[in-house]
Amino acid sequence: MKKERHVLVIFPHPDDEAFGVSGTIASHIDVGTPVTYACLTLGEMGRNLGNPPFATRESLPEIRKSELKNAASVMGITDLRMLGFRDKTIEFETPGRLKNIVLNLISELNPSLVISFYPGYAVHPDHDATGEAVVDALAELPKEQRPVFHAVAFSNNHEEEIGKADVVHDVSNYALLKLDTLRAHASQLAWTLPGLEKAYHDGVQEAVDRLTQERFWTYTTI
Amino acid sequence: MELIDKEKVQQHIDSFSNEKVYLHLETTNGAYASHFDESFFSASAYIRNANISYANGKISGDGPYRVGLKLEIGWVYGEGLTHYEVDQQGRLLLAGHGTDGKLAIALELSHTPFDN
Repeated sequence: MKKERHVLVIFPHPDDEAFGVSGTIASHIDVGTPVTYACLTLGEMGRNLGNPPFATRESLPEIRKSELKNAASVMGITDLRMLGFRDKTIEFETPGRLKNIVLNLISELNPSLVISFYPGYAVHPDHDATGEAVVDALAELPKEQRPVFHAVAFSNNHEEEIGKADVVHDVSNYALLKLDTLRAHASQLAWTLPGLEKAYHDGVQEAVDRLTQERFWTYTTI
Repeated sequence: MELIDKEKVQQHIDSFSNEKVYLHLETTNGAYASHFDESFFSASAYIRNANISYANGKISGDGPYRVGLKLEIGWVYGEGLTHYEVDQQGRLLLAGHGTDGKLAIALELSHTPFDN
């Protein structure tokens, strides 16, 4: 993995980093690279409230905020930005608002690498809109000043349309940290975690791959 | 939250009647429904902080329950409600949770605006 100057991670929901990039984040931090995680919402629309429910629609945001802080601490992130947007509304935001926030973050932090979602191939409308804002922001910068953009894609058709990931990080050393990061997001992931954890320890290939490889597509802005 | 007690919830609905109240109403099947099952037709609706007033509000059914509010010039209606809570701010929070524990509907009333 290349040594970066500063890594800026931008996702809309508190658990978006956990499956796809927590190993990459932790490995950057371990070699002394500053990492900023900008999280747009507090996942206010999460549905996994249990039956009987452990939270209400109104008490969930505080729970998810505290989970996000814990997850950041598991990964070693000291610069966590909570940007105060509302879950599921990102695509409807005032035009340009999100792009300007991304531009301000880039101007402040001067990252050599930005990590976000691949617009159009990230399933959730908030994911796609966040990736689009990154693309729009990068397009405004002179080419020589643009950080590299590593995009995360996982829609059902993604490999047919954009090919295989060109960047695959082996994060085997961080598999347990990934599980701990997922565990920190208990309100959303507690249901799926025990199965994944068992499958990983039993050596089930899909689960091992999921926890030891992180895939990115280098997105070239025109 | 507790399982809905129809009489208690009816009393709370009555306590909000004939005054301006703020409404949160959402139904959702989750943003990933069509990702996991491409044949699934994904639909949801969300309204937060609609300022309404109703003369008549009623909880109906044997559970999951339905709630209808008769506005001066319209209606609010929700189906599939299973749980309720009156929180520390005196807001009536109704929600419908499937057996999988996922929230499918929320219908909430408050005297003050919900956090945006």
